Amino acid sequence: MKRTLNALLAGLLFGAGLIVSGMVNPAKVIGFLDVTGQWDPSLALVMASAISLSWLGVRLAARRSDPACPTDAPARPIDKPLVLGSIVFGIGWGVSGFCPGPAVVATGDLYWPALAVLLGMLPGLAVAGMFQTAQRD
Amino acid sequence: MDIAWTLFTPWHSLAGGALIGLAASLLLLGNGQIAGISGILGNLLKPEGRAPWRLAFLAGLVLAPLLLWPVMLQITPSPVETPELDGPTLIRLLAGGFLVGLGTRFANGCTSGHGVCGLARFSPRSLVAVLSFMGAGFMTVALWRLVHGGVSL
Repeated sequence: MKRTLNALLAGLLFGAGLIVSGMVNPAKVIGFLDVTGQWDPSLALVMASAISLSWLGVRLAARRSDPACPTDAPARPIDKPLVLGSIVFGIGWGVSGFCPGPAVVATGDLYWPALAVLLGMLPGLAVAGMFQTAQRD
Repeated sequence: MDIAWTLFTPWHSLAGGALIGLAASLLLLGNGQIAGISGILGNLLKPEGRAPWRLAFLAGLVLAPLLLWPVMLQITPSPVETPELDGPTLIRLLAGGFLVGLGTRFANGCTSGHGVCGLARFSPRSLVAVLSFMGAGFMTVALWRLVHGGVSL
């Protein structure tokens, strides 16, 4: 129960961060990706700030050497699904202005473009998920 | 490259980013889990992946705008414009979303899992993922601008 509440609080904070930073606004995300137009560097600063705080969490988890924390999981190789999947994601990101987090948060705000992106995203996740299980079996 | 200083919102970026990093740390320390939204969504689609922490985290994401609703205009850097609901826009968003879902599941992560959590762990895989999706994003928007003479939103 305590862990479930912790995850709920983490979700609320994560969502609040996406709202405060303006990353739920697809126009702002596309403004960052628009390097040949009027470039808005905001997203880079959001990432830098988020990575710094997240790094502190990783350090704390490593110090506690909590076996539940997957900080020292064995590294998987850099393979084709990683690179090609990321490129496909980047194309979808540039076309829609949404990555998964903001799509979920803005759906909670009943923003119809986010709902459309989420409706497209779920079958995409399911199709790739089926492929992955098929590969493993 | 022209930097749009009028659009740049550094304080909102720093504050929002800090909240995101704090949330990722909280999930790592309290649940031993990585805050990767595409992974959470993908696992929730499978019956065996429906762990309570995933549902709770997702509920938090969806509830965040409802909780912040009264102060939304005070805390956001710029008002969000809603595009007209027409055929081409709907198709663009559905197709974009499909590519986002497909790609992030194959790559095992998105902006949160690889971008925030992976880079904080200095994961080489995550660095490759971030460079790949950002590069593809830059090229997609540049190509869109070239073909349509502007950005999509």
